[in-house]
Amino acid sequence: MKTCLVVDDSSVVRKIARRILEGLEFEVTEAEDGAKALEICQRQLPDAVLLDWNMPVMDGFEFMGHMRRLPGGDQPKVVFCTTENNVAHIAQALSGGANEYIMKPFDKDIIADKFAEVGLIPVGQAMV
Amino acid sequence: MTPTEYEYLRKFLKDSSGLDLSADKQYLIESRLLPLARKAGLSGIAELVQKLQAGSRTLITDVVEAMTTNETFFFRDKVPFDHFRDHIMPEIIKARAGRRSVRIWCAAGSTGQEPYSLAMCLKEMGAALTGWRVEIIATDLSQEVLEKARAGVYSQFEVQRGLPIQMLVKYFKQTGETWQINPELRAMIQHRQLNLLHDFAQLGTFDVIFCRNVLIYFDQDTKINIFNRLARQIEPDGFLVLGAAETVVGLTDTFKPIPERRGLYKPNDPRAAAARPALAAATPRMVAMAGQ
Repeated sequence: MKTCLVVDDSSVVRKIARRILEGLEFEVTEAEDGAKALEICQRQLPDAVLLDWNMPVMDGFEFMGHMRRLPGGDQPKVVFCTTENNVAHIAQALSGGANEYIMKPFDKDIIADKFAEVGLIPVGQAMV
Repeated sequence: MTPTEYEYLRKFLKDSSGLDLSADKQYLIESRLLPLARKAGLSGIAELVQKLQAGSRTLITDVVEAMTTNETFFFRDKVPFDHFRDHIMPEIIKARAGRRSVRIWCAAGSTGQEPYSLAMCLKEMGAALTGWRVEIIATDLSQEVLEKARAGVYSQFEVQRGLPIQMLVKYFKQTGETWQINPELRAMIQHRQLNLLHDFAQLGTFDVIFCRNVLIYFDQDTKINIFNRLARQIEPDGFLVLGAAETVVGLTDTFKPIPERRGLYKPNDPRAAAARPALAAATPRMVAMAGQ
């Protein structure tokens, strides 16, 4: 079973994301900010990270920079999931090593499409 | 809705758009037509049926559009676009190296996601198509849908369905909460209103026809009729792309499936196809282009 780390300071968003990702057969762990997410990644890297941008302590962009420099840190697929919905932020995320980008609000279809896009789930599964 | 009203609407839709609803699609009619009836200030389906029977022209158009408009998204089903990039276009680039032109028809172009996805595929091919004349004709039954396709403006929700984020950044411009596809890509596509039940010979011949997720709504005879007419509009070495739930098998021998490439078909007998009189009209244009 593939693993996904959901990083968001809103427990509601984490809960919704968890339900969607478990439906796509991911084993889900949660972190409420970038620093806690980094601790988890230092122990074990997930296959995927669903990543909010604005969070207390350490934001998503800074977390991604640290995670990418860990041994094997180039492997996880990072999918941003944020209310930052402008081209400047998207371009910054992509050049910083993000694989995909979701603009909130999101739903199951968008997550499935984006995860299929980066090869985390088969394309057919996104159609269901 | 009474059985009589349902039967009337079934027949009305069949006659006006070819839409072939089975006997158990009451829910579909209610979910699409009740909002429309309310918007028009009518009390419900019964009054809507009365107005249709009285021949209200605007209402007829609205009802057909509401029933035939379907959800779509960029790079829908993904596989056909992989075929387009990896198989169809490489063959066409080889076969048309002399005249350097390609004509593509999206026969159910809907709100534009399919033709724009093809336009993006072509743009991504870059230098391989430099100096080529590329024509994409996108047709749909619905005027409202065509206007949306022409504008190329999509909501944040729509641009997140099937469209890789790199493509969004590269080919769209953000305006507030909406995203508009670049003028350069918009200019690659001609949008035209067309009912597939009517004659479409005037569109000329095509190298590629995408006709996805529309024939499923037609009955068998209508499907056969459309396939046979599509065969007259396709080059002998052209490609037909159907939706995942559609096939020519058991309906017509004018096209044959390409093994290992689901949804992809070729005209069956190039010589027989070339001998069909309907192609004659298109031939001078091709000759003229080859001579340019």
